[in-house]
Amino acid sequence: MVHQDLKEFEGKLPELLIKQIEEICPASKIKKVAKMALKEYESSKIDPGESVGLVAAQSIGEPGTQMTLNTFHFAGVAEMNVTMGLPRIIEILDGRKTIKTPMMEIFLKSPYNKGKGIREIAMKLKETKVGEIIHEIQINLAELKILCHFNMDKLADLDLKISKVADSLGKAKGVAKEVKAKVEGDIIVLKMKEEGSINELYKLKEKIKNVPICGIKGIKQVLPVKRKEEFLIITAGTNLKKILELDFVDTTRTISNDIYEIAAVLGIEATRHAIIDEVFKVIEAQGLNIDIRHIMLVADTMTVSGVIKGITRYGVVSEKASVLARASFETPIRHIVNAALTGETDKLNSVVENVMLNQAVPVGTGLPGLKVKTTKEK
Amino acid sequence: MTEVFLNGKFAGDVENKDEFIESFKSERRQGGIHYQANVSYDHELDQLMIESSRGRVLRPLIIVKEGIPLLTDKHIKQLQKNEINWTDLVQQGIIEFLDAAEEENSLVAFREDELTPEHTHLEISPLAMFGLATSLVPFGDYLQGARLIIGNKNLKQSVGLYTANFPQRMDMDVNLLHYPQMPLAQSIMHELSNYDKHPSGQNIIVAVMTYKGYNMEDAVVINKGSIDRGFGRATYYRPAISEELRYSGGLMDQISIPDKDVKGYKSEQDYRLLEDDGIVFPEAKVKEEDVLIGKVSPPRFLSSLDEYSLASNIRRESSISLRHGERGIIDFVAVTENEEGNKLVQVRIRDPRIPEVGDKFVSSHGQKGVVGLIVPESDMPYSAKGIVPDIIFSPHGIPSRMTVSHMLELLAGKTGALAGRYIDATTFDNEPEEALRAELVSLGFKEDCTEMMYNGITGEKYLARIFIGNMYYLRLKHMVANKIQSRARGPIQLLTRQPTEGRAKEGGLRLGEMEKDTFVAHGASLLLKERFDSDKTIVPVCEECGLIAIEDYVKDKKYCPVCGEKVEINDVEISYAFKLILDELKALGVYPKLKLKAKY
Repeated sequence: MVHQDLKEFEGKLPELLIKQIEEICPASKIKKVAKMALKEYESSKIDPGESVGLVAAQSIGEPGTQMTLNTFHFAGVAEMNVTMGLPRIIEILDGRKTIKTPMMEIFLKSPYNKGKGIREIAMKLKETKVGEIIHEIQINLAELKILCHFNMDKLADLDLKISKVADSLGKAKGVAKEVKAKVEGDIIVLKMKEEGSINELYKLKEKIKNVPICGIKGIKQVLPVKRKEEFLIITAGTNLKKILELDFVDTTRTISNDIYEIAAVLGIEATRHAIIDEVFKVIEAQGLNIDIRHIMLVADTMTVSGVIKGITRYGVVSEKASVLARASFETPIRHIVNAALTGETDKLNSVVENVMLNQAVPVGTGLPGLKVKTTKEK
Repeated sequence: MTEVFLNGKFAGDVENKDEFIESFKSERRQGGIHYQANVSYDHELDQLMIESSRGRVLRPLIIVKEGIPLLTDKHIKQLQKNEINWTDLVQQGIIEFLDAAEEENSLVAFREDELTPEHTHLEISPLAMFGLATSLVPFGDYLQGARLIIGNKNLKQSVGLYTANFPQRMDMDVNLLHYPQMPLAQSIMHELSNYDKHPSGQNIIVAVMTYKGYNMEDAVVINKGSIDRGFGRATYYRPAISEELRYSGGLMDQISIPDKDVKGYKSEQDYRLLEDDGIVFPEAKVKEEDVLIGKVSPPRFLSSLDEYSLASNIRRESSISLRHGERGIIDFVAVTENEEGNKLVQVRIRDPRIPEVGDKFVSSHGQKGVVGLIVPESDMPYSAKGIVPDIIFSPHGIPSRMTVSHMLELLAGKTGALAGRYIDATTFDNEPEEALRAELVSLGFKEDCTEMMYNGITGEKYLARIFIGNMYYLRLKHMVANKIQSRARGPIQLLTRQPTEGRAKEGGLRLGEMEKDTFVAHGASLLLKERFDSDKTIVPVCEECGLIAIEDYVKDKKYCPVCGEKVEINDVEISYAFKLILDELKALGVYPKLKLKAKY
């Protein structure tokens, strides 16, 4: 229930502000405070005709020249490579589908976030293939058999039984059809079902090495870390959907750095937020100071349409209304030819076209026009 | 088995690689194999590489056997007596040339006292690792490597006595320093390279301090008195060349004062300095646009019809005149013939270049700076002994650049000037700093090279003692007089009607894409339009078809080439570049239609 004196400010001030005023201020001064707040709020609004986009571009671009091209390394045994600096910003703003270093930060529910069994959990997440736990592969040419000697220590580490490995080998795509798996102590014997050539046997051996046995697809590396009294798992490689399905994962905070994956799993609003967070992370790491609102504007333009559009000629630029503006940015011939074919009209509503024509650009002082009210003479 | 490659091509196998290399080397030292052939072994690939191709950089080194260099005192004595020479040493197998690959397999000692039995070679001198210009840098072993390279580059751009026969030469774009000196702090390379025959700097007094902020950001403050006494004074030479070319049909150029009926005749004023032969006289003072060599050429295109008509006699003016913004005095005129037997006229212009604000000066240590202010001698700071510095160098240039040698040279220069001797500042082999300091004390100065100084304007004593000394300064060839440019109105390009580009064409300074953006960011829309007004045009546009119409000034009427006269035609102000792109689109078969609308 809003206070009596604040009723008139509804719609003029944001709800959050009204709420705060009501909470903090004594009832007697509420109106005075609200008035002052409104004045302050109005004065901090951006003026109409301010070139926010260009200012954002300049505000990001100038500090961008000071950024390093270095990649950042995690210290520790399981070293991980992360794209940082300018390459990462370019990657995000271009809206690249495949990024250089996909990563996840997996937050855990209690009690795992206190560090309990975190190593075991992490190992379970990691995608493990047969090749990684194998000690030796023998090929018996005469009987067309493949003998896989397993490293039992590694198996124990992963909490796996050899029969389970044999099971998954028996079900694996491309392999199951051709062989029969049998456990003999530490060894799995794979015998070809049909008579095949030696060449096929070799190909089969390579296939077997690539059969996944446990873990989550796409998670190439795991790294349990402690951050401010809390344990979490950082991974190289992402699979947001599968990770969020796990019951020990804190689904509210777990995040991937692949914006396309976020768009697919969590939707476009989350993507907008992810873009802002990711860009801001880089800027912070470089020790630069860019107002977050500039990045917000960029993230907004990238996501308004409901899908991710990069700041490239295929993305945002292709959406521009003006033929001349599009033609002035990369591949002019294509745009002019297409415009001629469809008979496009350029309304000259933006900056570049008007500079080309030597007209006043419709921003700042060039925006307002005069409207004369003519009164009919009586 | 080791594979052997000769100049990158497989040549065969070798059973015992060490034996092979050893025999190759000894054969080369005895002269059986050319001294420029090199052998190297790659451990990783187990391959032997023999190189004899051109383009490899070779380095001479003294051969060492069991820790003893083959070059003995006996050889040095013989060398001093001129009994043997360099070639003899190479032939005797005392010195050999290694390329980069063979050096990888060798262990080279830097100095003789570092030799161990493992060493295979000894450096002739530690200085041999540098080139000529780099070894001229005093105290180079106290200088950061990157700075040494910058210092070396600067040295190459310095103004000096580049050749002694300059009056007989017609060099393009050269500068000559009037009073060049030998540096006080020298390297042995100065002597070896006959630096006294072509010096390029002057010894001056440098004070490390600030002066009213006019030497911030790498600038230097110069004493006007020093300039008047000849510091940095130089002359700039540039020739103007023209020849009488022969064309087909027996026509040829003619060097003479052009007649008034010649096509492109300038004005009588422009030709006033020419003598009867059509060439300026020596010691004439010339300004921009003045004609130096008068010349007329036959018309450019001769059609068969023109040959008989009167018009063909109209010849073209093709004189050589001084470029825009240049001035000088005619120094020398030469009339000769070139290889084809054509008359060749060369005129050398000289222009005195007294140091001015913006000219570039540098020490040998990559400490470059432009003149920020020229101060009258009376306003310069002075020491208790009455010494006035020639240059005031900012102390802020030192910490980040770590040019220790710069300060060492100041110290050495001061000691040398006071003791009346040259200081040996050879890189890796210079007089020790302590000795120089001690000598400075014995000469009655503070050992840290500082002095009490007084403000030249107020006479007050400075609170801090000033680091002051002598050092070798060079003037670089980048001078304001060659680079200054400004324009309000001027020539435009024919195609776009936009201003020309570049100083030589009296061009405008481009307001580029990013500069444009700053105007937009400020919302200064109308100012931006005004900036880009350089190529604005008013074109009539047909409201009917949207094409550019025609305005007939004679009949004072406008009509559309498509729709005729009975349509509404309105004037529109656009940039000429846009009119051009409309025309180009039309040429491509694209119909660009302008739809006009009242703006307000």
